[in-house]
Amino acid sequence: MDIFLQLIVSGFLVGGIYALIALGFVLIYKATNIINFATGEFMMIGAYIFYSLSVYLKLSPFIGIPLVIVAAALLGALVERLILRHMLGQPNISIIMVTIGLSSILLGIAEIIWGSSFRSFPALFPRKAIIIGEIVLRSNLFYGFVTAMVVVVVFLLVFKYAKVGVAMRATANDQIAAFSMGINVKSMFTISWAFGAIAASLGGIIIGNIGGVQPTLGHIGLKIFPIVILGGLDSIMGAVIGGLLVGILENLAGGYLDPYFHGGVKDLAPFVVLIIILLIKPYGLFGTKEIERL
Amino acid sequence: MPSLLEVNNLEVLYNNIILVLKGLSLKVKKGTIVALLGSNGAGKSTTLKAISGFLPLEDGEITDGNIEYQGEALTGLAPHHIVKKGLFQVMEGRRVFEDLTVEENLICGAYTQKSRAQIQRDLDKCFEYFPILKQRYKRLAGYLSGGEQQMLVISRAMLAKPTLMMLDEPSMGLAPMLVEEIFEIIQKINENEGTAILLVEQNAQMALGISSYGYIMENGRIVLDGSVDLLLNDRDVQEFYLGMGDNSENVSYRNVKHYKRRKRWLS
Repeated sequence: MDIFLQLIVSGFLVGGIYALIALGFVLIYKATNIINFATGEFMMIGAYIFYSLSVYLKLSPFIGIPLVIVAAALLGALVERLILRHMLGQPNISIIMVTIGLSSILLGIAEIIWGSSFRSFPALFPRKAIIIGEIVLRSNLFYGFVTAMVVVVVFLLVFKYAKVGVAMRATANDQIAAFSMGINVKSMFTISWAFGAIAASLGGIIIGNIGGVQPTLGHIGLKIFPIVILGGLDSIMGAVIGGLLVGILENLAGGYLDPYFHGGVKDLAPFVVLIIILLIKPYGLFGTKEIERL
Repeated sequence: MPSLLEVNNLEVLYNNIILVLKGLSLKVKKGTIVALLGSNGAGKSTTLKAISGFLPLEDGEITDGNIEYQGEALTGLAPHHIVKKGLFQVMEGRRVFEDLTVEENLICGAYTQKSRAQIQRDLDKCFEYFPILKQRYKRLAGYLSGGEQQMLVISRAMLAKPTLMMLDEPSMGLAPMLVEEIFEIIQKINENEGTAILLVEQNAQMALGISSYGYIMENGRIVLDGSVDLLLNDRDVQEFYLGMGDNSENVSYRNVKHYKRRKRWLS
């Protein structure tokens, strides 16, 4: 029973961090209907920038993190402005290929700049493990979860109450009508890419802080993908619930089944559940019905 | 009095091949209500889209002519710049943001407005015109009735504080009683706020009832225009748009002369 609780709680924490990265997908998809396959690489670049700022420049996290946010926003906005803007109205498959290409380019750039070796982060959070009753939680995981949830809530609030958030939802709902309100729809696209990149790169810092960073860190993006599909691509709450679900599932599968199968079940379980859920609810748990599937 | 909006000899081409407007000209004077009437496919909505800068979004293009608003050329401007200039289009078919609440829809209407205090005052004014919106304030716009949605889109337009409001078929799909109410309010907005209104309608009777000037479109160009009194007394308008027929003699629809008269407009 203790093991079960331990697995559930730590899975929940991992899931919260997944949710933040999933938000990186959702924020962009919701406004622009583009699935950004480079989300994982945005995450990795964010982690590397933070690494450089704190190791080479010796900046405190309180300066480093805001700088990463600015850098990520610029990266997202530039990618939209220079590449995706020109793909408006092109077939979906071409746009998807562009984002996949982008992920390879970012991966290559990271290898050129930082090399392919593994680097570990300087400690961000207090090292003392968190103990709740019988459950022991790694401090990196616990504080990472808390940070991720704070960021998710901030995004939720911006979308709910800020003028720009309302305008972005209006754009997602009816683009032409948004134009008629005087909303600059194209700049909404740019902002949503910036937001998506911010969410992903903050997720990258948290993940990097737990397990270190290397150029292939972005492959976690693939694991996040079932979460987004599970929650329904355009729902922020869906991303959160999907993230928590996959985190718990993965941990349970890893804890109970991996010993019998020499590992591997941990990575496989979320996809099995994804397929089952999609067979029953083709638009995800919280998705809007018209979403075009790949 | 100088015109607020002047459209000169406008030609619009869709998909590089379909000529929808073939040299259309019209004027709207400050603070007046002007009706633009015509049957389906005459190009009324296209005219409004050309003015609001929506054509590029639908693969349409202005190939000739020009549009001037308060003496400035509008052609080629992006839609959000045109809204900022004080020209607001209420699109056909009540395009409320269905996933947003009434409140959030109204926030979008006031998107170009900066002063919060002023927005609040305008909002109170909207509630005077449409008290029902206050009751529905926190409800999702998608769940409103058709009439309430029409009220919402007109309020949204009012919050943008336009000098010219363009309404595309506000009567569409509404019960006759409601149509009358909506038109009364349009007239009130014009009188109280001084907003000029360009009204596109199929319901000619209602539209001419509140307008001072009217244009009649057929097949991409204006075939007849004049003050409302003039139009209301025109035999063709009476017969084809107001459905009054000719009272003195019983006109048969097979009457050749009748057919020729309509034909003159179409060619």
